[in-house]
Amino acid sequence: MLYREAGQFKTNYRDDMAVFPILQDRIGILIILIIAFAVVPFVGNNFLLHAIMIPFLVFALATIGLNILTGYTGLLSLGTGGFMGVGAYACYKLTTTFPDVNVLVWVICSGFFSAAIGVVFGLPSLRIKGFYLAVATLASQFFLQWCFIRIPWLVNYNLSNAIEVPRRSLFGIPVTGPEATPQTRYFVVLTIVVLMTWIASNLVRGRIGRMWMAVRDMDIAAELMGVRLLNTKLLAFAVSSFYCGVAGALLVFLYYGSAEATAFSINQSFAVLSMVIVGGLGSLLGSFLGAALIFTLPILLPHFMAGLGLPIQSATAEHISFMIVGALIIFFLIVEPHGLARLWQIAKQKLRVWPYPY
Amino acid sequence: MRMKGLLVGAVLAATAVTPALVSSASAQDSIYIPLFTYRTGPFANSGIPIANGMVDYLNMLNERDGGIGGVKLVIEECETGYNTEKGLACYESTKVKNPVVVGPWSTGITLPLIPRASVDKIPILSMAYGLSASAVGDTFPWVFNPPATYWDGLSMAISYIGSKEGGLQKLKGKTIGYLFFDGGYGREPIPLLESFAKKYGFEVKMYPVPPAEMQNQSGQWLNVRKDKPDYMIMWGWGAMNPTAVKEAARIKYPMDKFIGIWWSGGEDDARPTGGEAKGYTTLNFTAVGSNYPAIQDIIKHVVSKGKSQAEKDRVGEAHYNKGIYNSVLIAEAIRNAQKITGKKVVTGEDVRRGLETLTISAQRWKELGLEGFGSPVALSCADHNGHQPAYMQQWDGTKWVKISDWIQPLKDDVLPLLKAAADDYVKKNAGWPKRTESCDKPS
Repeated sequence: MLYREAGQFKTNYRDDMAVFPILQDRIGILIILIIAFAVVPFVGNNFLLHAIMIPFLVFALATIGLNILTGYTGLLSLGTGGFMGVGAYACYKLTTTFPDVNVLVWVICSGFFSAAIGVVFGLPSLRIKGFYLAVATLASQFFLQWCFIRIPWLVNYNLSNAIEVPRRSLFGIPVTGPEATPQTRYFVVLTIVVLMTWIASNLVRGRIGRMWMAVRDMDIAAELMGVRLLNTKLLAFAVSSFYCGVAGALLVFLYYGSAEATAFSINQSFAVLSMVIVGGLGSLLGSFLGAALIFTLPILLPHFMAGLGLPIQSATAEHISFMIVGALIIFFLIVEPHGLARLWQIAKQKLRVWPYPY
Repeated sequence: MRMKGLLVGAVLAATAVTPALVSSASAQDSIYIPLFTYRTGPFANSGIPIANGMVDYLNMLNERDGGIGGVKLVIEECETGYNTEKGLACYESTKVKNPVVVGPWSTGITLPLIPRASVDKIPILSMAYGLSASAVGDTFPWVFNPPATYWDGLSMAISYIGSKEGGLQKLKGKTIGYLFFDGGYGREPIPLLESFAKKYGFEVKMYPVPPAEMQNQSGQWLNVRKDKPDYMIMWGWGAMNPTAVKEAARIKYPMDKFIGIWWSGGEDDARPTGGEAKGYTTLNFTAVGSNYPAIQDIIKHVVSKGKSQAEKDRVGEAHYNKGIYNSVLIAEAIRNAQKITGKKVVTGEDVRRGLETLTISAQRWKELGLEGFGSPVALSCADHNGHQPAYMQQWDGTKWVKISDWIQPLKDDVLPLLKAAADDYVKKNAGWPKRTESCDKPS
């Protein structure tokens, strides 16, 4: 009953092709956006904003990036950490070389550098598939990390081998550096993530997205229908790396404040990949759900246990949270192999027929 | 039904977590000290004894003296796993409780916190790690890294090698291998090492160990066997240390010519190799052993009451004592801050002043029940490090033995480098605030 679309007639193609064709969805997304923009920054404390929401949004963006490649185009990649690093280092080099240009311009521009690197490492994807491609992208991960450590030019010859985020502002309000308040950072990250999610949702619904999905489902059939495999796969690599690159730049500039090469290690790649798998392959909503589960759960679990009044050592909490997160991932993969996004679809169906299920 | 269960679970979880996310300020009658520790992950073998030492000393002060100056200390551990993300989450979650000082215990976590310290008004104590340049107090009023920087440590290692060879001039034509953690921590000493090489005419061979490959150093040691360096210097941490010692023993490298930084001198670094590690030498700045009244108090008030995570026979080990040293610095800084301000419940700003005028003389060490435990500490507004001496300890097969006197760092070589590094930091971080904090008279 709650999700019944009866009576919502679509009288033109425009309505039929809308991102959210159902009224309830439109109301739902509006409420989520209002909460995200108007409630969270004023109710939550700095811990919620700075340690949970900002990294969660950034990782959701990286997960969308990988989802475009792995979920929509069916190309397995283990190079996400490296591509995020390219974005971060590119943004650092750009903003230190051209300090007068607004840092947010460089955050977006750094995505193009990442996209270019992604295309180069995507070239083998025409010939190799599946696990073999995963190994090839793994090579890119190690190569890029090697570059971050070994090329001192990338860190402006910093002795600690780290990139340190300079102070930059937007309309006179500091957005990066220590003076930037968590609220400002949150608004900036949220705006970028919402905009880029909107663009991604239009990409995957349109001609390009259909090409990607055709390649994913059967590349030979797609080729016979006139989809050019090389262009399509390289475009997927480019767009995916663009998203990852912007996420990497946001991660360092609006969250870490300073980063060493280890921040973009293979662990980061695996973390993002597991967010994609747990969230749901080929789903934008799943990208957010996956990032929420994999990233926020380990951080919130100790507080959850403290909230229950269990007095435990922080290291024990860490061990327990490892076990719980591991068990949860297995649980969700068993009961819902299509990821968390599928859970929402089931819920929607149940709400539609509620209270008279059949 | 499954849907309903999930929904109920999610709502319950959300209510339990909410208090941590929507906090309220509360009046304080205690001093809050968060301790960033790591008892998990690939660095846990180094992290656990340090964490135990830090926690146990502060707990002992609570149990024995009822805190510092009559004010109870609230001690909370936060597990970072040596991971920058988790460390920053720890910082945010503890920041709301008004900590008086933070010790990030990882270079990766220290670096992002340095610019925030002056904004959040929380001093950073990075004891003999972190950014060496932060020793320059005029540039970094909120960061403290006593008792010595990595550059001091390297100069001590070089001067120790020099003394073994009969003078620094005898180093000419020798080869020194440098095995290091390939990250900010291990790379920092390289410029100084290279300038020493030029000055004294020895050759340097680099053996970087990538963080992901800490437990697989066969490649590096194959090269060591080929190059046959006269001495090896190691900048290692966590799982890298025991692996390196084992590999060195395997290729029969003369262990007494294998010299580690203080962070490579834990019992767990040498013990797995046992007797074959005999002769392995590292720097250290705290005494080893539990034969001190204060440590006996820790055993009496904390360990034997089951309030510690440390086993009794591991109290007094090298890294455990470094943890104690760290807590002594915190406790003395708080005491000093109470003296300067006349307040009982001090804040981060007070403790910054306390750290800046911190002096622990030999007499004071004795009063603390730790006579001869460390060399005297003296910080000032300009010098947030002190450049204190360290000594060499050698593994005798079962334990560490002190084999040298206090070795002074070669300050003439180190200080200009520090100044240059601090200036460089300011130059690269345009808008770095000028020091506005006034300077207290040393007490």
